[in-house]
Amino acid sequence: MIRILRQIFRTGIVTEPLPGEVTAEIEQVGARLEETVRKRFSGSLAIRQVDAGSCNGCELEIHAINNPIYNCERYGIHFTASPRFADMLLVTGPVTRNMEIALRRTYNATPSPKLVVAVGDCGCNGGIFGESYASLGGVSKIIPVDVYIPGCPPTPAALLNGILKAISKF
Amino acid sequence: MSILKKAIISSLGKAVQFIEAYQYPVSVHYCAVPREKFTDAAKAMKNEYALLAAEWATDETLFGRGYGIFACYRWGSEYLIVKIQIPADDPAFPSITNIFLPAYRFERQIESLMGVKPLNHPDLRPWIKFEDWPQDAYPLRKSFDASRPMPRVAGQYDWIKAEGEGVYEIPVGPVHAGIIEPGHFRFQAVGETIINLEERLGYVHKGIEKRFESMRWEDGFRLAGRVSGDTTVAHSIAYCMALESMTGCALTERAHWLRAIFLERERIANHLGDIGAICNDAAFAFMLYQMMRLKEMVLRTNLKLFGHRFIMDKVVPGGVVVDIDEKGKQEMLAELDYLAKDFDRLVDIYRENPSIEDRVRDTGVLKPEKARELCVVGIVARASGLNLDCRIYHPFPPYDQHDRIELDVPVPITGDVYARVKVRIGEVRESIRIIRLMLEDLPAGRLTSPVTLPSAECAGFSAVEGWRGEIIYWLQAGPKGEVNRCMVRDPSSVNWLGLEQAIHGNIVPDFPLCNKSFNQSYSGHDL
Ligand code: SF4
Repeated sequence: MIRILRQIFRTGIVTEPLPGEVTAEIEQVGARLEETVRKRFSGSLAIRQVDAGSCNGCELEIHAINNPIYNCERYGIHFTASPRFADMLLVTGPVTRNMEIALRRTYNATPSPKLVVAVGDCGCNGGIFGESYASLGGVSKIIPVDVYIPGCPPTPAALLNGILKAISKF
Repeated sequence: MSILKKAIISSLGKAVQFIEAYQYPVSVHYCAVPREKFTDAAKAMKNEYALLAAEWATDETLFGRGYGIFACYRWGSEYLIVKIQIPADDPAFPSITNIFLPAYRFERQIESLMGVKPLNHPDLRPWIKFEDWPQDAYPLRKSFDASRPMPRVAGQYDWIKAEGEGVYEIPVGPVHAGIIEPGHFRFQAVGETIINLEERLGYVHKGIEKRFESMRWEDGFRLAGRVSGDTTVAHSIAYCMALESMTGCALTERAHWLRAIFLERERIANHLGDIGAICNDAAFAFMLYQMMRLKEMVLRTNLKLFGHRFIMDKVVPGGVVVDIDEKGKQEMLAELDYLAKDFDRLVDIYRENPSIEDRVRDTGVLKPEKARELCVVGIVARASGLNLDCRIYHPFPPYDQHDRIELDVPVPITGDVYARVKVRIGEVRESIRIIRLMLEDLPAGRLTSPVTLPSAECAGFSAVEGWRGEIIYWLQAGPKGEVNRCMVRDPSSVNWLGLEQAIHGNIVPDFPLCNKSFNQSYSGHDL
């Protein structure tokens, strides 16, 4: 136990203001995120992530926004297990034929405002997998999309920016 | 002579024909046997204690030859590929599932996607092909038009049922509670105890193998790098190596060494994430956050030095496209020093924590006999006493330079979650050690060498040890030298079977923990 405490104190708080190339601009993003989440979602934005066919690269970066360095929870953003509690769906991947029905069902189970954010080049337009017998292309082919976050995969900073864009629009 | 070659010749005699000058590298033996001898060949391999590494089909109508079925066996450092030719008007072959268990899914997949039927297979339910696909849709056939969506038809999947007093069923997925890939699991349980688990995968089938066939050789590495995003480096190395061996392209030493540095960094990043996530599933969140912090550090160094957090698209046919200079070297060494120290501290904490030990010991045991029977690979194999690692047993450059890089990976035999964590801990340390070695000794040279295109009649093989385990690529050029087939065997294609077995007798709440300790790829399996 003493070691755990020591490690915790040694590490200190590693959470940073949103990092990225444009630090100044992005620092504001964090503040704006928090403010928008507070105003429009009573301080708590619940996101349900849906992998509709991704290669798992995008998921790694979505994990990263939960790590102690980006720490999205400080802005009131958290990931929920059920679409029924979700304000937003964060959808990755080209939508595969085999996931189409599950994605539609998830969408239908989500209460309004049903914000949908398409993540990654694949989520935007099918990416390298394109459209085929197995891949139906981007998320908007199946459900309405509010905001697109391109990138392969998008960086954690880009993800947070995209989420902000989605909640400011609505 | 090689053991496997000798075994198959002594068992099949004149019926086996070794083919030279077709498949490269030539160190991987390649032979053809008559269709009816396919099971005899498998038995001969089994008697030699070989393991089945992969089984797949090709459509060879463009060559005017019907279909090909291939089985790839591994023993020690040897690989042997056995091919049978199937006439177009009688698409069937003798199943080897009764001899080698992993053929169970390989053959269901062959039947589902290529439409060549394994005779005497115990379970012919489609795999990856869902019940709402048209029956006659065989996407890997040349005659199949892959560019159009398929209609949905009515159909039903026959789940395995368990009956009896007090047996109940828990279906989970495809959309899971966490941020993970989709798949469906169905448990039959009595009280808390799981008596059976049936996996249903295929949700993220993106038609990758078919897509390769519409791409140019020189572009395929990008798709390979997206078979499984967490293993982008290893997959692109495997694709490039197979292509390079087909075309006789020799890389500079520097390119090989840089590839290995990327590969080991990928291993470290993923193992750190896994160790944290496994602890988190045993309610030890402290470790998750600490490990995520270290992982983030590794990814940031990647971005800074190589331009991408996962080093995606930096391995290309003929070499690599990013270099490291003296300053970068120093930076990486400093990062590794910090990482090694902090990691050691965290491992001490993990080891001294009885509550976590309680959860991980004797949980999700995959016994060594089972592991061998299922021919699992990588971390899962090593945690169950199967010493397989193609960096050691089928070394590709630079790992073949044993005087400069030697590896010492742990091989415990308990096969439980604890063992799978132990393997990862040992490998993180080894990877740190050998990256340091490589950095100190990095040879000079060009980054890329010119690659020619494959000629009409040839095939290429590669086996690369990614962080999950052995990845196999088998590429075949068509009659005009185009891509006729690109077979990808991710470690997950075999290791998922291991999870089904390891879970028996465990309690339902331990499933996430067991699953995390395997952490297999859905995308790499479903392709
Ligand atoms: S955008 Fe890139 S990382 Fe994301 S799913 Fe597609 S290929 Fe994978």
